[in-house]
Amino acid sequence: MPTAAQQDDLVGRGNRDGAQLFRRWYEDLDRTAEEGGQCAYVFVMGSLNEILKTFDLPVVFPEINSLQTAVRRVSHEYLGQAEDEGYSPDICGYVKADVAVQIRGGEHPMGRIPKPSIAVLTNACNTYIKWAEIWERMHGIPVVTIDVPGTRQAGLARNDRDFENDRRYVEAQLWELVSVCEDLTGKRFDLDELRRVLAFANDVSTGWKQVIELNKSRPSLFNALTDGTIYLGVANGFRGTPEGSEFFTQLVQEMRYKAANGIGTLTEELYRLVFVGVPCYPIFRRFNELFSEWGGTFINSTYLWFASGGANRGFQYDLSRPMESLAEGVLTSVRDAMDSMFHQDRLLEAMIDEFHVDGIVYHPVKSCRTVSTGLADGRRALSRRRDIPSLFIESDMMDRRVVSEAQMKNRIDAFFEGLASRRQREAIH
Amino acid sequence: MQKEPTQSGNGQMNEPVFEEWRDQPLDEILYACRELVEDADYPTVKRWRERGGKVAGHFQVYFPEEIVHAAGMLPFKVRGAPVEATHADAHFGSYLCSILKTSLEIVLSGRVELDLFVSHPICDAARNLAAIWGRNVEYPCQILYLPQNPNSAHSATYLRDEYNRLRGVVERVAGRSISDDDLRRSIEVFNENRRLLRDLYTIKRETPWLVSAEDAYCLVATGGLIPREEHNEILRAVLPMVRARSARREDRIRVVFEGGFCEQPPLDLVRMLGRTCYLVDDDLLIGLRWILEDVPVEGDPMLNLAESYIERSSYSPVQHDSRKPKERMLLERVDRAGADAVIVAAAKMCEPGLEEQVAYTHALDERGIPYFVSEFEENMTSFDHLEMQVETFLENLLFA
Repeated sequence: MPTAAQQDDLVGRGNRDGAQLFRRWYEDLDRTAEEGGQCAYVFVMGSLNEILKTFDLPVVFPEINSLQTAVRRVSHEYLGQAEDEGYSPDICGYVKADVAVQIRGGEHPMGRIPKPSIAVLTNACNTYIKWAEIWERMHGIPVVTIDVPGTRQAGLARNDRDFENDRRYVEAQLWELVSVCEDLTGKRFDLDELRRVLAFANDVSTGWKQVIELNKSRPSLFNALTDGTIYLGVANGFRGTPEGSEFFTQLVQEMRYKAANGIGTLTEELYRLVFVGVPCYPIFRRFNELFSEWGGTFINSTYLWFASGGANRGFQYDLSRPMESLAEGVLTSVRDAMDSMFHQDRLLEAMIDEFHVDGIVYHPVKSCRTVSTGLADGRRALSRRRDIPSLFIESDMMDRRVVSEAQMKNRIDAFFEGLASRRQREAIH
Repeated sequence: MQKEPTQSGNGQMNEPVFEEWRDQPLDEILYACRELVEDADYPTVKRWRERGGKVAGHFQVYFPEEIVHAAGMLPFKVRGAPVEATHADAHFGSYLCSILKTSLEIVLSGRVELDLFVSHPICDAARNLAAIWGRNVEYPCQILYLPQNPNSAHSATYLRDEYNRLRGVVERVAGRSISDDDLRRSIEVFNENRRLLRDLYTIKRETPWLVSAEDAYCLVATGGLIPREEHNEILRAVLPMVRARSARREDRIRVVFEGGFCEQPPLDLVRMLGRTCYLVDDDLLIGLRWILEDVPVEGDPMLNLAESYIERSSYSPVQHDSRKPKERMLLERVDRAGADAVIVAAAKMCEPGLEEQVAYTHALDERGIPYFVSEFEENMTSFDHLEMQVETFLENLLFA
């Protein structure tokens, strides 16, 4: 039994350590920029951190850099600069913020971002591809696009022959990536080093899956929208590292402790909600308050699934056959991330009872059509199958010009009034 | 003129589905094609189905139609439509291009009936389509994963396997197997079609006064609505007629139109452009013209199709290939067509198109090629303002 002092240290440790790790990560990037060192630009859905780490290549997540400009309320400055360069107001805000970062020589609210030496991406998002083409033109760097074929049709059982064809293709591309990295860094690929990195990545995936599942607990242990985003950042940035491994081991410990002691989030939990989409970063805290003021807390989020590249699935690499298993893991996890976006209705349906969900909040954003395009239809499909209240509010993850807090509040208030009257009716019957 | 029979979904011979052009003079044939392309009730597809044929709808941009054709099915190009998205609107949020909605609309409204729908992840929005359709219709809705890493040494063999996977899906829907010889026969039909379309574009480039922009467009688009044998028949008849025309060259600016790879500008917009300039090349319906040379008939047909997609193909903003930077490809298109200027267009809310505009305009600036940047929507009906802008742009060039 932890002492009171240990308990104080344990509860909230994930948030504190996560924020600290992130600051350190940006400090390292700043140093890399200062020293003119090499780095890889990667994305959250299939970062391939596992291979890049074996070459000691620091990774830069431009998606995270961009969202940080919104959280720090300066995204409009970056968006405006990119739009002055000819980028349309109707394209992804993440891309535009990054274009401005590049034009500014890496200047960013968290420190200086180094120039890329290579870009590594998957086809999980088409904007990744267009984005990397911009760097290709700006910096003349090698761009490695890994095809990860996704689910071909909803609900189809896995066909082993087709899966193996896809896995073999992913593995062949990973070997090609290795070759590019060898040329870039002048280092030989070390399979034992890969095993070491994969072992750390396994810990992150195990921990991430457990943390998400532990939030079935009542009251919920963390807010999937606010706290969850901190953990998500660590799951991406520190994947395949000892720090990531340790963080998630400790986070599971913290969540288990909270579950055992009935310690929930700060919100008095009246309504358990699931968030579907991408957070509203321009008013990140306030957005959550609009729900927590009514006793609503986000106990899960599709964002935690797809934006971790499917790490929530908890795939474990087989260290005895590292490259084959890495290919299988990338295929399985990135495919899962895509399913979390395109077939979200099926996954949500499966978790409504398990997580004791009272309502679902859909938040499609202008900037991200990958995530947002299918949400209205997914909501309709889910409503046909399950009697679950839901709210559909559109805004953006970067562009405050399309975020109307007043309108949002009206909709959210009405949603909770509906939830409250539903609960009253249920109590009567 | 003798009718050329086509194959039905049962492997039996069918009557042609598009008869309106037969035994007509050139202008009437072109008129019949325009009428067909603008008809959002898809009469040719209906006739095909009435005769027992099955239909595979494939969303923009490129699709290996030979696989569907080899099974005796009709490949139908899903390219949006000039209709109100009355039924489909509720299935989508805001900030999306029109083609997504109108493509679903023609299905939900019963304007067209399909037996299979295939899309591939050309963009962030369209990659959701198979899932959306799958939640609303009973037939299989599939994603075909065309490689976005064509520079991998393994992409062609992967694509061969992917095509073979699709072959199994098509076989189940068609209720018959597809032999390699079936595929080879289909490849020959499509090779001829590609040759004829290349010929049409040669006319556009070399003697644009012989064929108007809208007529050329409709001649291409007709191919997505009828069996390809019939399309070949039309083109074989029409192209010599076009070449024999006595139209005279006018003093007009030669323009390349870029930005029509997916959502199509309304025909009135193409007509307006054709009135104001010579549209000497474009990327309109580029998927139907994606493969630039004959696909080899000998050997493994699926590997031949896969290699052709990767190695002998055009370009578009929705395919990444480091050997084909889009801006360089555009400049090559401009040079090949001897164009004086470019209209750099994009459909509203089309991310790949809008993103590419930046690279295109930078490249055109560097080469000193005049360009006009614009957005369009398939359902736009008023062009007065746009026409005035385009005319001003072109007059500036003409009298510079």
